[in-house]
Amino acid sequence: MSTMLASFLTLAAILFCIGLYGVLTKRSAVIVLLSIELMLNAVNLNLVAFSKYGVVPSLKGQVFSLFNIAIAAAEAAVGVAILIALYRNRGTANVDEYDDLRR
Amino acid sequence: MFNFSMELNGQTIAFFALAVCVITGAVLMLNFTKVVHMVVSLAFSFVGLAGIYVLLEAEFVAFVQVLVYAGAISILMIFGIMMTRHDKQDEVIMKPWKEALAAIGCLALFGVLFFAIRGTQFPTPADKPLSEDNTLALGKLLFTEHVIPFELLSVLLTVAFIGAIVLAKNDDPTSINPSSALTDQSSVSASEPLSSGLQQLQEPPKGGNPT
Repeated sequence: MSTMLASFLTLAAILFCIGLYGVLTKRSAVIVLLSIELMLNAVNLNLVAFSKYGVVPSLKGQVFSLFNIAIAAAEAAVGVAILIALYRNRGTANVDEYDDLRR
Repeated sequence: MFNFSMELNGQTIAFFALAVCVITGAVLMLNFTKVVHMVVSLAFSFVGLAGIYVLLEAEFVAFVQVLVYAGAISILMIFGIMMTRHDKQDEVIMKPWKEALAAIGCLALFGVLFFAIRGTQFPTPADKPLSEDNTLALGKLLFTEHVIPFELLSVLLTVAFIGAIVLAKNDDPTSINPSSALTDQSSVSASEPLSSGLQQLQEPPKGGNPT
């Protein structure tokens, strides 16, 4: 029973690390946003796994993951809007060229 | 310390099949070179995660996952790709040592997490099903105990989407930003032949009509 919980947590850890690697290395801003979504998904998986296999199983974890999904949707919409505004001003969608604060 | 022994039943087989799907989608995202392919492989990964939620007795979360992630967010990202110009290949011009550093950092984080998960003795939960009717119980919980966060969340979503529209709206097209020489030139060159063609259409040819 508890080995199943460990398997779910390990899967979430793998997803989180893949998302982190994508955020750190990808050039395209859209893919960076999607990698952040992957990391949020890993957190959702943790919440849902603990809602079933936690010490006191309850539906609270699923409620939290629903809130999390809504926040992630808002974040993706605002992120894409910022990306389009930046693209209009700079003419590029690569994150390594958005370095105004460093110059 | 580690306990890898696991009874082989239907749940574990389904878990491993779905986990392979999810991780394959995520790793393919890292390896593809075209941006649209990356989005599609991540959508595949999100659908696999929805299957894992079904396995965890979270049917409503699974359907929300399919609707919001595999549907809405993937399409939103594809729109974002279509509205911006991308290189044919997303080639990496990062310094290789930087990429290696990122890989080492991620692997180290995964190692720490893995040892922490495998080394922890989780208490065995009370072996009872979550609820008779999961979605019904979830709805009751959302509208009784968590109703204030729920309404706050709807306000937040409204504010975020209005903000997204305001951000993405091009409200002043006549203002010329000096740093946007590239896009301005392209828009001027795109509109120039059109306006001159319109002028030619409106003005009669100077040579005069033979008749």
